[in-house]
Amino acid sequence: MNELHEKRKAAQGSATRQLAIWTTAWLLSQALLTFGSKLFWAHSDMANGLALILYLAMGFKMVLANRNLLKSLDELERQLQLESMAVTLGLTLVVGLGFSTLDIINMIPFDAEISYLVIFMGLSYLTTLLINKKRYQ
Amino acid sequence: MKNRIRDLRVQKSWTQEDLAQAIGVSRQTINAIEKGKFDPSLPTAFRLSLLFETKIEEIFSFEED
Repeated sequence: MNELHEKRKAAQGSATRQLAIWTTAWLLSQALLTFGSKLFWAHSDMANGLALILYLAMGFKMVLANRNLLKSLDELERQLQLESMAVTLGLTLVVGLGFSTLDIINMIPFDAEISYLVIFMGLSYLTTLLINKKRYQ
Repeated sequence: MKNRIRDLRVQKSWTQEDLAQAIGVSRQTINAIEKGKFDPSLPTAFRLSLLFETKIEEIFSFEED
């Protein structure tokens, strides 16, 4: 039955590489969308539209690659990832909306930028994953 | 859920890594199952049953948490 182990490892390796490739492509398409208008095509709506379509397509492929990686994981690891995602989703909703409301009612001296939320998501995902890993040890 | 996986594994002088490789899961998964912290999927339970040549109900016993 050792071939099961080899198959799982190979599938996981391939899924990880695919995710790395599509994440890089998505980041590059984001850079193109952000800087393309200024640097390459002088605010053309057509070019901006095409860059947006490319960005969405790359993002969609990245999401699918992430789902495939999740499917290739060992069952305990998959459960850890899913639990961490669930907690992160809930926290993002609660903290994100709360943060935005604080901005609306002027209780914070700066704008509630989306980048703060992305950083918060990353940190909460990492923290929850570490806690979950400890729980199942 | 309780199980006898540790006993069955030790009887065969296997390490957790040996058992993990044999049924296609990680060593951490075997460790969590043995400690009763994680209930395996049905395919994994069947693989354990085949490997140890023991009925599933003789490996696992159900207990409400």
